[in-house]
Amino acid sequence: MKLITAIIRPEKLEDVRRALAETDVYLMTVSETSGFGRQRGVVEVYRGQELEERMIPKLKVEIAVNDNFVDATVEAIIRGARSAGAGDVGDGKIFVTPLDDVIRIRTGETGPAAIGP
Amino acid sequence: MASLFRVVPRAAPHGVNRAAVALALTLATAASAFADEAAATATAAAPAPTQPNSGDTAWMLTSTALVLFMTIPGLALFYGGLVRSKNILSTLMHSFFCAVIVSVLWFIVGYSIAFGPTQGGLWGGLSLMFLRDLSQPASLAPTIPHALFVMYQLTFAIITPALISGAFAERFRFAPFAAFSALWSLIVYAPLAHWVWGGGWIATTFGALDFAGGTVVHISSGVSALVCALYLGKRHGYGHEPMPPHNLPFTVVGAGMLWVGWFGFNAGSALTAGGLASTAMLNTHLAAATAGIGWMLVELTRSRQATVLGVVSGAVAGLVAITPAAGFVTPTGAAIIGLIGGGVCYLAVSFKPKLGYDDALDVVGVHFVGGTIGALLTGVFATALVNPAIKDLALGTPGGVVDGHWKLVWQQLAGVGVTIVFAGVATLGILTVVNLIWPLRASPNEETLGMDLSQHRERAYVLSGGEAVAAAAAVMAEPRAADAPPTSVQRFTIILDHVSEQQVERRWRELCRRISVDGNAVSTLTLTPTPITVRGTRFRFLTDNQHTPENVRTQLESLFSDLNAKARIETQG
Repeated sequence: MKLITAIIRPEKLEDVRRALAETDVYLMTVSETSGFGRQRGVVEVYRGQELEERMIPKLKVEIAVNDNFVDATVEAIIRGARSAGAGDVGDGKIFVTPLDDVIRIRTGETGPAAIGP
Repeated sequence: MASLFRVVPRAAPHGVNRAAVALALTLATAASAFADEAAATATAAAPAPTQPNSGDTAWMLTSTALVLFMTIPGLALFYGGLVRSKNILSTLMHSFFCAVIVSVLWFIVGYSIAFGPTQGGLWGGLSLMFLRDLSQPASLAPTIPHALFVMYQLTFAIITPALISGAFAERFRFAPFAAFSALWSLIVYAPLAHWVWGGGWIATTFGALDFAGGTVVHISSGVSALVCALYLGKRHGYGHEPMPPHNLPFTVVGAGMLWVGWFGFNAGSALTAGGLASTAMLNTHLAAATAGIGWMLVELTRSRQATVLGVVSGAVAGLVAITPAAGFVTPTGAAIIGLIGGGVCYLAVSFKPKLGYDDALDVVGVHFVGGTIGALLTGVFATALVNPAIKDLALGTPGGVVDGHWKLVWQQLAGVGVTIVFAGVATLGILTVVNLIWPLRASPNEETLGMDLSQHRERAYVLSGGEAVAAAAAVMAEPRAADAPPTSVQRFTIILDHVSEQQVERRWRELCRRISVDGNAVSTLTLTPTPITVRGTRFRFLTDNQHTPENVRTQLESLFSDLNAKARIETQG
């Protein structure tokens, strides 16, 4: 089991969701987040005062998957989140981390059975 | 004064006319409470009361403030609440900037074009440029100071281009917007105001009734909005991603301000404080109310929900529809005009997606459709009972269908048609010319960033933006999970031989480096499709229809050819 965590552009959520749906992955947790990598923040001006290097708003998508879904899920996220053409700085990152256990609260199921349907 | 009677009978100055002037004169001669000064003058120098009186002046001062309040902040908030949070400042700016730029132009030349002495019915000439002589009251409004008439008319000139801005919200660059609005106010609004109110050819040729600006303000802005929406094209992502209003309370507040302000717009168009203004106010109010109900009822039959946005949009549609009729119809006529206006505008707005243009905030559905319905229904419900001056204004037609005269409907239709053609063609011309100097349309990157940041480098809300999550959640399908991943996606791997992983890594990073030009990233990478992942010397691709694995292998090999790399396709499995 793996936990796939993707940091994506907010406007790409719909594309990622669609790509994941084509892969039959429907379960995810989405949260608002912000930060910066190599992409620089926008310079804002308020009455002549400039604010630089503001954190850039991003979304964090977290999906717990069984091992046979890892490749397909990663591919789907890349398909949805990569900017048109060959991508762009700021498209985000995907982290794949091992998952020790999963427990479904309602049924008490554990492990791979708790991830699926 | 002689000049008064030379101009007034033929022109249709917002419903002010010979009868209204006569009424004012009668009241003045009777030394009514609000016209002591005028009464004194009138008694001394009958018959023409060219001196402003305090009653009319007080009401028109109030009306002027009310109409400006419709645009800033009424319309600004009404529109601002409807856009996404990344675009509200630019949308507020559209209204506010119209107040700024049109005021200056009105002072310089706009007022002179619209309300100077008519030059063959075409325009008002340049004799009043820089408002150089306001010592005598305007012939259209003899009982208020000329400066006040200038100011009152200015507030109409401001709101009209501001109305159009709803159509091109969220994608019109600022500089071309400013140029467009400035040119539009001089080339479209000012001549049109002259033709309908200033003694120009539309009033004298067709005798179309327009009490407070149904054609000049609402149809002209509505048609121009349609042209703008078609010319600019759809917003980036329109039809693909949801674009919900970000703050409906703003919209409700704005609609309330519009409703109240409309009393200045319609009742003020009497240009006097008296019976005509009172009739117009009552009619205006009734039409707004019945239109809110009309919109809601039609919406209920369609979607079984009464929405807040629906009722407030309906009220605005009713206010639009009653505008040309306010001083010509009975309260019953006003109520029916409102009811029809609200219902039909709902249908027009809900039909929009099928027509394929992106009129972002429904200016066409509300102002063009509502204005047209109002203009035509004015021809139905106008009656001599309410306003005996109709006969003068309508070139001899004493009333509408309710009085047995179908002819007035055709006159109204002619006025509407001429306005549509003129405003449509002129708007297209302005857009084309401005587009040559400044591209009108924001780039996809600018739109994605939002017009607030891309055009003004400001952000409305310094909060985290949760729109994307809310929008995606709104269209989420019922989850259904699978036991195994779908097999429809085919992938292949290409491996580079005779090069080290470090060489590949370094070269790949160079190839993917972006050079930022004006904030737009430029890629030097010429490999399609782009690999889905790169690990060491292994490039993983998803198959697409355009490229075979062998084709991709050749491309990849050529990118690394100077390193003498050889690429091979890994066999499946």
